Amino acid sequence: MQKLKYERPYIKKLNTGMLNKFASANPAQAFDAIEGIPVKKLIEQYGSPLFVLSEKRIRHNYRAALRAFNTRYPKVQFAWSYKTNYLSTVCQIFHEEGSWAEVVSGFEYQKAVKNGVNGSHIIFNGPGKKREELLAAIENNSLIHIDHFDELYMLMELAASSSTKPRVAVRVNMDTGLYPQWDRFGFNYENGEAWNAISKIVQNNKMQLIGLHCHIGTYILDVAAYTKATTKMCGLAMRCAKDLNNPIEYLDMGGGFPSNNVLKGVHLQSADSIPSVDDFAEAITTTILNFGFEKDKLPLLILETGRALIDDAGYLLGTVIANKRLANGRRGTVLDFGVNTLFTSFWYDHQITPAQGTSTHTEPMTLYGPLCMNIDVIRENINLPVLDPGDHVVVHKAGAYNMTQWMQFITYRPAIVMIAESGETHLLRKAETLDYVDEMEQTPELTKSKAVEK
Amino acid sequence: MKLKKNIATSESGFIFNPSTGDSFSANGIAAGILAEMKSDKTEQEIKTGILARYDVRPEQLDRDWDDWMVQLKEANLLDN
Repeated sequence: MQKLKYERPYIKKLNTGMLNKFASANPAQAFDAIEGIPVKKLIEQYGSPLFVLSEKRIRHNYRAALRAFNTRYPKVQFAWSYKTNYLSTVCQIFHEEGSWAEVVSGFEYQKAVKNGVNGSHIIFNGPGKKREELLAAIENNSLIHIDHFDELYMLMELAASSSTKPRVAVRVNMDTGLYPQWDRFGFNYENGEAWNAISKIVQNNKMQLIGLHCHIGTYILDVAAYTKATTKMCGLAMRCAKDLNNPIEYLDMGGGFPSNNVLKGVHLQSADSIPSVDDFAEAITTTILNFGFEKDKLPLLILETGRALIDDAGYLLGTVIANKRLANGRRGTVLDFGVNTLFTSFWYDHQITPAQGTSTHTEPMTLYGPLCMNIDVIRENINLPVLDPGDHVVVHKAGAYNMTQWMQFITYRPAIVMIAESGETHLLRKAETLDYVDEMEQTPELTKSKAVEK
Repeated sequence: MKLKKNIATSESGFIFNPSTGDSFSANGIAAGILAEMKSDKTEQEIKTGILARYDVRPEQLDRDWDDWMVQLKEANLLDN
């Protein structure tokens, strides 16, 4: 006789009182397969925890975002934000779709070159560009987005001795009605610094000022902020053309579009309250089109969207290690991945679902990672079905920032696989090993001899 | 580990404590254990029955049994 599926015995107190305005909670549905491939099989093959990316979803997201813009505006260019996810395969998919590269460090710049991106299609952002990195960017004819006056003066010096006229843009920060205002990137619009920088570049005549850039924030839920930013950027561009006789070729509106993850601290955030890429496209393109540019002199619109294009294409699979009761009687569940692996759990209340069939009974619990650190909390409060050690869970919308911001801390970083459009799975990054972690370490003779003495 | 005498339970897993007015819902296996506890089966008898019927290792069941007792105690359903 086949034995019944076991579930830990569990009772839940029933609370009576006012009717719940949200009606009954949705029981967590088992999410046992990604694009038809069983979670269990993926973990058996590649280990747990495991990041899984979907090629189909990445391409779908890119094409939908591009369509949202290029059906409204004639000149649109996306530049893949490397910091969001710089796995070579991911970058190459975006480049294959037509994306340029947007990088914020020498390391990312090197990655973009290695990925075969034409130098003139690399946007070099960021506040920390080094002299030799700027030189490489000048030689490759890349778009250098100037962040501060020290960088501007260094570029002037480099440009004076270079046969190539650097192609540059000024990074502009501004009041868009968002709080807190992001004023650390670039030159301020309101206090005149941005115009001062623009004037210096044009007067210097050793560089080509061809663009204006802004990065007004991240995970922006207010479309009006982009309307304000676009208005100010268009105003500056128009002024460049009229007052300095230096027409601007492109406006780069940066990143900042949200994914449909749930931000911590946002009360009852729902999918309906998150603007779509179409909403942002409508706000930005309408503003440019109505600003008064001549039809044949419309600037190219560049977007550095990252998170919104890849977050929902990534999953993190994990396994329950243990259950415990906390001092107040609540359930605590320990998983095999922590904040070192799922870095975005600092920002999001990630959707986490069981990967196997369960009963309809759920219990409130706290999900912990395996780190011996008090901060290692994946979800402070979540209702999940009764989970037993060895059960698998799926974290949704984990494609952005985790595979770049993760830390080799206490545990190894896990493997990453991609489910190709064909349905096959490919290993993109192997799970780390002791040899990998130790590779950069040096052991001086002094400590070696002491170790031997012991 | 005896249940209080006046605790009312149903086959579907509804539990009512008339002394406090508290009510609880139990999952399938918990409802079964409660019924057996009410019929004065010993811990060992109940565990043997579960091991025969369900796909679970004895060590796992032992750990979960301890947790089960904590739950009943916190819910004020056990005789002191």
